[in-house]
Amino acid sequence: MAKREEPPKAKPRLLIRAGILIITHSLLVSVICCTAGVFALLLLPILAKNTYISENALLPGSARSMLSPHEFSDANKFVKEISSSNVEPASTGIETPRLIAQHIADLGGEVSYHKFHPQLNKFHPLHFFSSPDPGIVQVNYSCSSYGINTVGIIRAPRGDGKEAIVLVTPYNSLNITPGEALSLGLAYSVFSLLTRVSWLAKDVIWLAADSRHGEYAPVAAWLRDYHAPTFGGPRKPNAEICGESALYESKANQFMGSKIADHFRRAGTIAAGLVIKVADRSVDITRDTLSIYAEASNGQMPNLDLINTVNYLAVHGQGLLVKVEKFWSFLHSKWLKVFGEIFESVGKVAKSLNPQWVFGISAMEYIEGTATLASSLYNQALGVPTGPHGAFRDYQVDAITMEISPKLYWSHKAKQAEVFLRGGRLVLLFPFKTFMLVEGVLRSINNLLEKFHQSFFLYLLTSPSKFVSVGVYMIAFALLVAPLPVVAASLYSDANKRGPTSVKHKLSSSPISVDEAHITFRSWRWLSAAKTVFIVHLWGAVVTLMPYFICQLPNCTPTTSLLVWVSLSVFGLVVLHLVLGSPSAFVSASQPQEKEWALLKSVTVSAAFVGLCLMSVINFATAEIGALLIVPMCLMALPVRLNTSAHKFRAVARAAFNVVFILVGCPVVAFFMLKGVFEGFKNINVGEFWFWVESLWVWNSATYIFICMVHLPCWVLCIYILLHPC
Amino acid sequence: MVRLKLVLVLFILCFASTSTGKEKEGIGEQFTEELLLRPLPDRKVLAHFHFDTRAPPTASYGRHHRIFPKAIYQLRSFLGVNQNAQSAMCKNMFQASSQEQSLTASYAESKLRVQLNCTDTPLGQTSIFPFGSLAITVLNTNLALLDQVHKFQVREMELSFTQGRWNYERWGGYDPIASSNVKPPGVELWAVFDVPQDQVDASWKKLTHTLSGLFCASVNYLESSTAYSAPDWSFREFSGNLRYGTLPREAVCTENLTPWLKLLPCRDKAGLSGLMNRSSIYRGFYHSQRLHLTSGEFNSEAVNYGIMLELTLTVVLEPNTLEAGVTRSSGLALQPSWSLRSLFGREVGERCVLAKSSNVYVQLEGSLVLVLKNKWEENSAYGADTLSYEEGSLSNPSFELSVCPNRIIKEVNSLHPEGPSILYHYMMENYSDSKPFELEFKWKSPLVWSCPLAPLHASRFLMGSGNERGAIAISLQATKRSDDFLVADIDEKGCRLRVDVFQVVPWYVKVYYHTLKLFVDEKPVSQADIIEKMRVSPSEDKVSPGVMELILRLPCGVKSAAITLEFDKGFLHIDEYPPDANQGFDIPSAVVSFPDFQATMHFLEDNSSNESPLERSSVLSYTEVLLVPLTTPDFSMPYNVITITCTVFALYFGSLLNALRKRVAEEERRLKSKAAKKSGRVPLLLSKLLTKVRGRPWEPPQAASTSSSQISYKLIFKVILVAGIAAVRRGKAAEAAQERTCYNTSTLAFSSYI
Repeated sequence: MAKREEPPKAKPRLLIRAGILIITHSLLVSVICCTAGVFALLLLPILAKNTYISENALLPGSARSMLSPHEFSDANKFVKEISSSNVEPASTGIETPRLIAQHIADLGGEVSYHKFHPQLNKFHPLHFFSSPDPGIVQVNYSCSSYGINTVGIIRAPRGDGKEAIVLVTPYNSLNITPGEALSLGLAYSVFSLLTRVSWLAKDVIWLAADSRHGEYAPVAAWLRDYHAPTFGGPRKPNAEICGESALYESKANQFMGSKIADHFRRAGTIAAGLVIKVADRSVDITRDTLSIYAEASNGQMPNLDLINTVNYLAVHGQGLLVKVEKFWSFLHSKWLKVFGEIFESVGKVAKSLNPQWVFGISAMEYIEGTATLASSLYNQALGVPTGPHGAFRDYQVDAITMEISPKLYWSHKAKQAEVFLRGGRLVLLFPFKTFMLVEGVLRSINNLLEKFHQSFFLYLLTSPSKFVSVGVYMIAFALLVAPLPVVAASLYSDANKRGPTSVKHKLSSSPISVDEAHITFRSWRWLSAAKTVFIVHLWGAVVTLMPYFICQLPNCTPTTSLLVWVSLSVFGLVVLHLVLGSPSAFVSASQPQEKEWALLKSVTVSAAFVGLCLMSVINFATAEIGALLIVPMCLMALPVRLNTSAHKFRAVARAAFNVVFILVGCPVVAFFMLKGVFEGFKNINVGEFWFWVESLWVWNSATYIFICMVHLPCWVLCIYILLHPC
Repeated sequence: MVRLKLVLVLFILCFASTSTGKEKEGIGEQFTEELLLRPLPDRKVLAHFHFDTRAPPTASYGRHHRIFPKAIYQLRSFLGVNQNAQSAMCKNMFQASSQEQSLTASYAESKLRVQLNCTDTPLGQTSIFPFGSLAITVLNTNLALLDQVHKFQVREMELSFTQGRWNYERWGGYDPIASSNVKPPGVELWAVFDVPQDQVDASWKKLTHTLSGLFCASVNYLESSTAYSAPDWSFREFSGNLRYGTLPREAVCTENLTPWLKLLPCRDKAGLSGLMNRSSIYRGFYHSQRLHLTSGEFNSEAVNYGIMLELTLTVVLEPNTLEAGVTRSSGLALQPSWSLRSLFGREVGERCVLAKSSNVYVQLEGSLVLVLKNKWEENSAYGADTLSYEEGSLSNPSFELSVCPNRIIKEVNSLHPEGPSILYHYMMENYSDSKPFELEFKWKSPLVWSCPLAPLHASRFLMGSGNERGAIAISLQATKRSDDFLVADIDEKGCRLRVDVFQVVPWYVKVYYHTLKLFVDEKPVSQADIIEKMRVSPSEDKVSPGVMELILRLPCGVKSAAITLEFDKGFLHIDEYPPDANQGFDIPSAVVSFPDFQATMHFLEDNSSNESPLERSSVLSYTEVLLVPLTTPDFSMPYNVITITCTVFALYFGSLLNALRKRVAEEERRLKSKAAKKSGRVPLLLSKLLTKVRGRPWEPPQAASTSSSQISYKLIFKVILVAGIAAVRRGKAAEAAQERTCYNTSTLAFSSYI
């Protein structure tokens, strides 16, 4: 605040005054904002709104299901055939695709096989945000490594074929589990119904994805060939060589003779994708449950309307128990319960004051909501898709995975076979509901005139029917991040302000020109701090690229890889420090700079602010979690040897806080802490971090870049400030 | 007064002309109707209605017709200099409210003398009605003018309304129906004009508007120059003044069928069109109604007929069967039997007396005949019956027709390796209302056959994702039997297969034609090797679409070929978006034709002039319509825009007014007085009291510093309060709006506070 002088001077403008005020009270502001930010985050489950179907055209559940017992008997037969075909010992993985293709052709659908080989999950630093060019990954694959997807297409009778809906059922062609067989049967029954209906407006593609290389790879490969086929690439191995000619030797069927196309069949622009899985184990014994997985790469979510439709139909139509992922360990956490109870009682009090204030939720609800929210936040922050639906999002297609856990209890395989053979009625009971669910969802999407755009894309789920939109959850982030520029400004102005007073006394007799030169020099003093920060961030970029080379090392266990990475990074940092020298060395040679650390911190904080804001655009959840770690660390960082004039106790406390925050701020430690909190500290292996990071880069997650290029440099700079000799 | 007279005269004249027309009755107008039924391999039945109306040239016959639809006749001669009056004459006879008419009348009057001198009117009616001779003369002059402006007219035109897609793989792509009657989804219109080059576009615009009105369809959207194109040679062989446009998104329904039926002399009251039960023909898998108009008067080689109107309706229906599900499991399923009643829900009753001929054909394709023959031989080998299979005789073990055909016609000169196809011919003359024609086709044993396919199967798809760029790929896959064709097609130039490609791309898909890449058998080839001829007219933003015409010469043994073109997605102005912009934007079908192959069927008949419904044309297929998702703005954006502009305006004007209003001196004076009065009365009294207690001389308190911080705290409190209110308000308001709006509301509230 400007000093008060006797003659009343014109006050600065309101905004400027407010700004100055905030900067002068930066400590208070940052404490309030950070607390409020964390509090707002805890408040999110209460602020969650009920979902609603925003797109009117969807009309879920408005049509009666057209299913007949006919489809079920067919589907049951189909499931039996599938499971028996797979029992044969010399299973090469061809029988099932052929069987599926035969059935699709008999139904009158168009069939084709899609052969693919999985792409090696490698770290390509140059292709980080773009999927690697399929041309470059050409290794000699043996025949056995090929997967064979079976693709069936129903053309909408009167549609113009511009749009398509994709139904995916992943199954392992080498070893089909009962759940997979059931999911194939489910898709088959829906498919057979759809060949006869007249209401279809979009083509329906059934992709029976061969998941012998994982569930994601076949879907991704198919989508890649759908959207970016390669012409003139190296020829795929001949079908004859690989003995796949057997695929095409199906018995003459009704419509096409033996015409199962070997070229890639397509329909129009994909409107939506549904991945259907049937779990092999049941979650709930009394009810069928449906789990929805929606997170795609880099925290992208499908349109909320898709989840709403599925949820609406499952809950109100079929009476299923719908679940989304949650952290189970949260359900028993004490402190959450305390929070929940506090919020509940506050809600009660508010309600007693005014019956119209209904914002309290019960403690149990709060805990559940928080567990789901945390899981939602974590999965988005991780940037790794939670299922095969993630492949669709890379092509701007909304997709979700629906995993159905039947209430039948399947203990082991022998029992399973019995269920199939004898318990026809039991099995029938189960797909009945899910069949109608899938039919209803398809029908809703089929109703859609435009692509999904009405509802939210940026949201967090607190339960299948509750969500927090970006407008709400960004408040927490904004509050957390807000102190950073304030503190940076206040530090900078402090460093610049106190400088002159001390300097002025010393140089009072010197000529003005020198003084002016000095002032200009002083105002550019931050450049050296900026240089340090820049160098550290550059180092971060180098660290980012290191795993590419470490991966090339032969015979590396994860632990050694991690150690090599860490040691190389430390070595790089030391070398950089030695080569470029401590930036303060030059400055301090010319003049004493007691406020050097303040400038450094100011620039560090600004850099962290910029990094967090950038990340919030790319992946909000990462930025949110990152802010929780980085902001306190950056704000608390003070040199240990700072002014001894203060209280001894305060200094010690401050140093202790510093150390704690910096320790927690370390990415490795933070990872293990989170892991320990969620899964217990029992089986922690250092190599796990390497695995985790590896999973980040193979999925092209921006979180990896954030950790290496924003989080890690900030952490290093905080340590640097902590150890600053002032 | 003039108008009244004009109406009167118009009426009289119309009456007069019909009376004169009647005199010439029976000279040459003729109407024929045909229905072709063909079982398709995938349990469906193709029904193809063909109505043919011909009228002799105007010069010899006059311009009043008994059978030929007036609307279409006028359409033919609609476009020209002075024809508004002509069209008004019969179309708007009783709606003579338009100023146009009086204008035209006066215009014609002014021209009267000149025209009278230079034209001889063949139908001189001036002397019939002595009264109002002036007006009559005017109109006669107009009619005479009409003869003169023949050169401004439509030479040929085709309009089609289609719902669904033709399945080229299952329903065939080589026969005349697939080649000339199969159309892309939506509306397709092309017309050849006989006007000078510079008037073609104007004529096209008028034509689209007329057709739009006639057929209750939004054909008028083809008026805009961005919607139509002028193919040079790839669409039709000799297309001088041709214009071509499609509307892929046009929905087709009964409202389009009804006006189409009105063009038939018996409508759907009698004759074959009586079968057109709306609910059955729209239930089918493919529905295409087509109108083809050929005006022979403009052709140098004068045809017998002056003007010929072909109306066709092609539907693919699935017979209702109950046993379909039962037979499915047992290996080969029996094809569903069908009858006219099961297909259409009606049968042919009363015949249309105006029709010169009325025929129903049942066609068995060559491949089916071959299969039947084999089956026959197989059976006869076992049985005692040693009769060879001949001429599709009805006594065979595979199928049965409930009604004995009048004739059995066998195809001659068939190019298909499978052998000739067979037509069963039924004449409707023998049936009447009391004895309706009800045909039943009953399968007795399951059969598998396939339709003749075009040499290459063309499909088109989009590549790439995202809102920035993409690529169009046309892929040509050799059909299984194309080798047979190709062997037959070797000529002295080496074995090359000619493929014509015609593609129109709307301007907002900015195709880079230099990125054209060609692949034959998955190997890239240079353009010079393959492309014989190429014409490209790049699109011009908001003016014209991009057109690409190609003639490819592919090697005969080609297994697959592909053409790719890259494009950038354009940005549209907000008012250029259609109502359902978020669906995406259509790229109309490309036309791929094979001029080396003629889809013909010759049937040996007594009078082979016009009996066969199947004409000669090159094999042609349409590719899929593509849907390109473009960047679409959030259409709830007006709200966002309003809030953000309000914020900016508030900030700008607030500070501007502040700066303008305040004067430095005044400001200082005010501040001084404020500082003097700053402390309120109570603190003043208190301080006075304090000083008295302390016994010191009273000084005015320097409360400014405290007050300023107080004000600042107040300010912060207010800011927080306002922000909070804004947040609450936003919570209610932003439900419908997208998430983006939330920033703006609070900013607005904040700025309004400032």
